Parts: sequence; C-alpha cells; structure tokens
Amino acid sequence: MAFLRSDVVTAGVQAPAAPAQDTAPVTVKIVIAGGFAVGKTTFIGSISDIEPLSTEAAMTEHSIGVDDAGGVSDRKTTTTVAMDFGRISLPGNLWLYLFGTPGQDRFLFMWDDLTRGAIGAVVLVDTERLDACFDAVDYFEARRIPFVVAVNCFDGIARHSLDDVREALAVSPDVPVLYTDARSRAATKQTLITLVGLAMSRLR
Amino acid sequence: MADIDDELDDRAGTVRPYTVTGGRTRAGSEDLPLESLVRTVTDPAHAPGVIERRRILEMTRDTMLSVAELSAHLRLPLGVVRVLVADLSDERRVVVHRPTAAMANPATNLKVLESVLNGISAL
Repeated sequence: MAFLRSDVVTAGVQAPAAPAQDTAPVTVKIVIAGGFAVGKTTFIGSISDIEPLSTEAAMTEHSIGVDDAGGVSDRKTTTTVAMDFGRISLPGNLWLYLFGTPGQDRFLFMWDDLTRGAIGAVVLVDTERLDACFDAVDYFEARRIPFVVAVNCFDGIARHSLDDVREALAVSPDVPVLYTDARSRAATKQTLITLVGLAMSRLR
Repeated sequence: MADIDDELDDRAGTVRPYTVTGGRTRAGSEDLPLESLVRTVTDPAHAPGVIERRRILEMTRDTMLSVAELSAHLRLPLGVVRVLVADLSDERRVVVHRPTAAMANPATNLKVLESVLNGISAL
C-alpha cells in the first residue's frame, strides 16, 4: 500500500519537463485540534506518509514578550510546547501537512502560528470529555476558519448521537459533525475530505 | 554524519536552545511558515558556524524539508530553526519556498483545494 502510494506520488512530483528538485511542491496544511490525549497524533499517524514527528516551540523571553501569554513577567521561565505533525504527498506536486495542536488550553496563543494559511481544522472530540474541545471550537469560530467536529469513537462505539454533540457544542448548522476513528485510515480520510469540501464551499 | 549525530545527541537537553544562534532571536523570522520548504543550494562542507547549520544543509541537499521537519529532526525549537534558516537564506546557502510565494494563499485557491480533495480521495 505504502509502496503503491509513493509510486503514484513520484510520478506526480517528477513532472516530465523538470527534475523534481527544481519544482518545489505546493504546501498546504490542516490543523488537528482537540483536548489533551483525544487521539490527535493517532489520527495524524493513520494517514501520514511519514511517522508523526514532534517539534517544539520554546516560550523564551523573546516570545513571552511579544505573545499574549497572559502578562507573564517571569522572564526566567522557559516552557516548551510539543506539537506532532505528519505529511502526505499528493499527486500534482502537493504536500499536505497535518499539524496537531498542543493539547493544553494555556497554549492557545500558539495556534495562530499553526493556523496561518491553513485549509481548515478538524476538532477531535471525546464525548466523555466534551468540554476539552470548547476552546478549539471557540477559536475557529471566532476566526472564521473552516472546521469540522469529528467525534472519535474509541473501540468503534458511538456513545452519543451526533445531534446531541451538535447541541452540546452549539455549533452553527453549517459545521459538519461526524463520527471518526482516529486509528482508521478510511475514517481519517473521510474526515479530511469533509473538511476540504467545506473549505471549498466557502470559496464558491 | 554519525559524528554529527552523536554531537547533536550530546547537546540535546544540556544546552539552552538559543545557544546555537548565539542567543539571537531574529525579527521577522517568526513569519517563516512552519511548512516552508528548505533546499540547499551550496556545498554543506563549506558552511562556517555551528554544527546545526551544516546539518540543515546536509538534510536538505537531496530532498526539501519543511521548517517543522528540520525542527523535529534536529530536536531544536521552531524559533531556533527559523533563525538558522533565515541566516542560511540570507547567505544564499539555501532556498526557502514559502507556501504563499508562488500564488496567493494556496489554502484559498479552489484549484489547489480540488487537487487536495481528489488526492486524499485516491489514497
């Protein structure tokens, strides 16, 4: 499967007219948001070409000074925030990056960096801890970033109806709410397709 | 290569992250998108400066890598990698492809989104 995919990608990347390295891929990204340990990295790993990587941003004196970290004045504090991400090569010389948000709400300010230029976001939801995704929903709504709410079904069991989830989150009717399974490539695929479709409908 | 990796391993966790930039942050470099792609255009062996600079040049010699991937592989915070990449770009040792350079934001380009949709569907 992986071999097949990379063959297709190679064909797409190496346009006949020019060697691959002369034509930089167009990069796009989708943000995977949600509460701590809701399955973001699993979601990314189920479809990424590469093993999910982890990068970190250090909240240094510099960044504390310019970012809204709630008026933090203790300049000796250095906190690092980990973000997991993956990459999918698509035909047509496209690289799609999937960036997971840091799980903790207090790093919400960092999301600006992640969401800048993003196609949109998937808000992963664990119905047992619904409140863990409130911040993410608020964030994307306020910035008019296209997002879908994906209810992660652990063990393949849906414990709540999608209508109940929609009502509890009070998202607008045009926000897709769907079941997903972070471990399943097919389910992850469908979630991303729904999001990209939504982003396209916003442009029309 | 192995020596460099060992050296990087030794450093990880023992040195303050911004040591490799001489303590510098760099105005403007925070604008470099995480998904910007970096490619080496010079011989890594001739690059002066900290070992991490040479590592970036080596890693992006045969394949382009994003700022985020460089950060992950080097185990350096994004801000540090952004400074190093901006420096290398100024010195014309690397070319940086920003996602928005070739066209208006690809994420709002219907044709690009169509390709993304078709591409994901065909996975």
